[in-house]
Amino acid sequence: MEVLVVFLPLLAFLVAGSIALFGGPKAAPVAAGHGSHGHGHDDHGHGHAQIAHAHDDHAHHISHDELDHAHDDAHDDHHVVAGPPTAGDRAAQFVTAGAVLVSALLSWILFFDVAVGGHPRTIELMTWIQSGTLDVKWALRVDQLTAVMLIVVNTVSACVHVYSVGYMAEDPQKPRFMGYLSLFTFAMLMLVTADNLVQLFFGWEGVGLASYLLINFWYEKPSANAAAMKAFLVNRVGDFGFALGIFAIFVLTGSVQFDAIFAKAPTLTGQSLHFLSWDFNGLTIACLLLFMGAMGKSAQLGLHTWLPDAMEGPTPVSALIHAATMVTAGVFMVCRLSPVFEYAPTALEVVTVVGGLTAFVAATIGFTQFDIKRVIAYSTMSQLGYMFFAAGVSAYGAAMFHLFTHAFFKALLFLGAGSVIHALHHEQDMRKMGGVWRKIPFTYAVMWIGNLALAGLPFFAGYYSKDMILEAAFASGSGVGRFAFALGIAAALLTAFYSWRLLFMTFHGTPRMDKEVYDHAHESPVVMLVPLGVLALGALFAGVGFHQWFIGEARAEFWGQALLVLHGHDPVEAAHHHTPGWVSLAPLVVGLLGIAMAYIGYVQMPSLPGKIAGTFRGVHQFLYNKWYFDELYDAMFVRPAKALGFGLWKSGDGAVIDGVGPDGIAAVTRDVAARASRLQSGYVYHYAFAMVIGVVLFVAWLSVFG
Amino acid sequence: MEIGLGHYLTVSAIVFTLGVLGIFLNRKNVIIILMSIEMMLLAVNLNLVAFSTFLHDLVGQIFAMIILTVAAAEAAIGLAILVVYFRNRGSIRVEDINMMKG
Amino acid sequence: MILQGIAFYVFAALLVASGVMVISARNPVHSVLYLILAFFQAAGLCVLMGAEFIAMILIIVYVGAVAVLFLFVVMMLDINFRELRQGALETLPLGALIGLILLAELVAVLGGWIVAPGVASIAGAPTPALDQVTNTHALGQLMYTQYVYLFQASGIVLLIAMIGAIVLTLRQRAGVRKQNVGVQIARHRDDVVVIRKVTTGEGV
Repeated sequence: MEVLVVFLPLLAFLVAGSIALFGGPKAAPVAAGHGSHGHGHDDHGHGHAQIAHAHDDHAHHISHDELDHAHDDAHDDHHVVAGPPTAGDRAAQFVTAGAVLVSALLSWILFFDVAVGGHPRTIELMTWIQSGTLDVKWALRVDQLTAVMLIVVNTVSACVHVYSVGYMAEDPQKPRFMGYLSLFTFAMLMLVTADNLVQLFFGWEGVGLASYLLINFWYEKPSANAAAMKAFLVNRVGDFGFALGIFAIFVLTGSVQFDAIFAKAPTLTGQSLHFLSWDFNGLTIACLLLFMGAMGKSAQLGLHTWLPDAMEGPTPVSALIHAATMVTAGVFMVCRLSPVFEYAPTALEVVTVVGGLTAFVAATIGFTQFDIKRVIAYSTMSQLGYMFFAAGVSAYGAAMFHLFTHAFFKALLFLGAGSVIHALHHEQDMRKMGGVWRKIPFTYAVMWIGNLALAGLPFFAGYYSKDMILEAAFASGSGVGRFAFALGIAAALLTAFYSWRLLFMTFHGTPRMDKEVYDHAHESPVVMLVPLGVLALGALFAGVGFHQWFIGEARAEFWGQALLVLHGHDPVEAAHHHTPGWVSLAPLVVGLLGIAMAYIGYVQMPSLPGKIAGTFRGVHQFLYNKWYFDELYDAMFVRPAKALGFGLWKSGDGAVIDGVGPDGIAAVTRDVAARASRLQSGYVYHYAFAMVIGVVLFVAWLSVFG
Repeated sequence: MEIGLGHYLTVSAIVFTLGVLGIFLNRKNVIIILMSIEMMLLAVNLNLVAFSTFLHDLVGQIFAMIILTVAAAEAAIGLAILVVYFRNRGSIRVEDINMMKG
Repeated sequence: MILQGIAFYVFAALLVASGVMVISARNPVHSVLYLILAFFQAAGLCVLMGAEFIAMILIIVYVGAVAVLFLFVVMMLDINFRELRQGALETLPLGALIGLILLAELVAVLGGWIVAPGVASIAGAPTPALDQVTNTHALGQLMYTQYVYLFQASGIVLLIAMIGAIVLTLRQRAGVRKQNVGVQIARHRDDVVVIRKVTTGEGV
């Protein structure tokens, strides 16, 4: 069953991929225009989509022209229009959505068996690498941690697959999209079921690849190309650290298999790694390097610049990858390696600090943005920061619980935003929305549910997880824990503020869009609303239903051996017993405060935000421009790298290598030939002279050496 | 003093060198070149005869005669070529004979 | 011996001097005359060595034929020698140097020539004693017996040279009327007889 859960999506990907490559005539578009929304870019005009051109050879061509003109709008996000779905499209959708739904169902069954029932297991598939002492196998490790991730990944993925059937209905390349979604699901499943670091890295890279392919799904948009490359490259930096971490672990423990590593970890606390005449504490360095990988994948501060740009991809992609699953891989990895991290307290402190800072910085940026998807993206980054600082104070259970609940309500928020975008005909700028709550009531309702869960109001899912994290941070007692707590509270205030800002700007007030768009605004089709409903149920009940197991009384039996917390280190324990009352109330208070501020600013006195932004122009610009991280990285890395490359190209390759090599040899040859040709003077007496010189030299040589 | 083989050979060496110099030191006319060649052949003849005398071997003198024959033939042909060349070009300046310039 | 020595040095000095003058005289006619002088000195040296036949042949062939031929050509070519003076000074240093080196090498090699003692036994054709046979006689005895093929070959070389010289320089002048008797008296049927068909009773 475990094998089915993991490999069904792979099968779906292969089927959908084949349909995409070899399938018959597509529901093809004729014109592809676009305009990236909110940035006012204009890319190339009406070209023919290449695939369509290659495969489209039938009579539908003419009718597409008419469809096209009907949809030609200036502020389309991405503009291609397809005819009715073909058999290939339907098959791809059916196979992929069906496979992931079956996988999801099976993973729920597995959850109750493995996690609640307490039967973790490892299933070995085959050997991969056997080289000296390195022994790597393909194996599926299904323990409690894995089971939690399985239901998260599969449920959200299934919802996204079904949602995409509706959202991407107008896109001509549906099989490709569905295939990539399934590929991503497979890679993520490989990651979470990995029994060793190398298999985990395989999944890690796989999700990075799928992320690239999906961000760049509309590959004719240069902004999408740039965003996909940025995502991949920034991730690469993290992956480099991750790979070094794997090497360090191997050097320290002699194995990459988890059980072996966990067994050896307690004995390695004092061991140091010697590198270039410095000595480092081995475990600390290994954990820091591994965390660098997590920073890249989970968009923590420093390697976070890719996440907002990743919103170039279609909204279902943002929901699946950049909210619920891929970005949580870092958190999962840290929790999975908790038996190792526990023995590297310095690394844990770093994790806490970085997590806390990320939570705060992301929230400050999020509350100035106008693109609905970017606000939710920064919100994701902020919540990931929460998860990391929870892991940093050894509250792994709380971190996983927040991951679990966050997956539901964040995916809900993204898909809801997608529903809004769909309703307002591809409008993403909140300044051009407003006053549509009556028109799209279901979407409005689920967005409320999602935001309530995000803000952590009682009973909703986020309340249990977020509160536990903040309490644990406080209860850990350490300096970094308290620091993270303070940042977390500030971030909670901002979170509530910008979440309600989003709600009020999008749904309330006077409509700020074209009258035509307002009139056409309609609720999404059922196929999009059902997943929203499922996720809303999760956002509502995931907290109530599951907190006992994750962070409550039953947590020890629930987690079993999957997470390790050293005695005396457990903040969840401390949180249950020793926190002062105000610590538990603080998140609620700041949450309500945030909602009130948003109400004042965006419903009662709509001109107020503008005035405040004008008064604090410098601060506002700083926050709006994402703390100038992109500009900083551009100056620090991009320009020097380009300059170096250019210099090496022109001077190194051009002048030195070409100069000494081909060009140099050619020039020398020409030169020598020119000089030699001067010997051909045409005068016989010159030639005779040359002969005589030759004789003289010959005789001289003979008489000296002969 | 006794005039030995070496003296005759030295004389012939000097004459030979003069002939060689004559070939490439003149820019004036081609006839000097031809005459220099004749001088070189003369030097070689002297050489052969000297050896023949001092080795008491008549073969040297036979060869000197053969060389004489060949020298005469070559002088004739050379001058014939020169005459034809002069008819065609109108000058025998050595510097003008550079049509084979590469 | 004294006479021999003096004679040798006189002849040698004059030979070298006239050699120098050959290549440095301005007037080409003077060059040829100096060449003739050089040949005479060489002949003298040959006589001194006892090879009188060679000496006489030198004079008859070289001076009498070759040098005269040179003179003919020089005079025929009507060279304006005024403009032929300049230009030799540029290559003089390098040329002189090469010449000096060549001379040094030759003298080094040849000047100290020592004849090996046993060489007499391998002589190709030992010179017969002079009181019995004259040089000419001895040469004749040798050439027409042992080296007759060489002799014939050199004759052919001369023949070819002669033909070559004629072929090169013979030219047909346009506009010269010559008689070609053979053409004049040769008749060909086609040139003189014309056949006409004539009907009976009518004239031509």
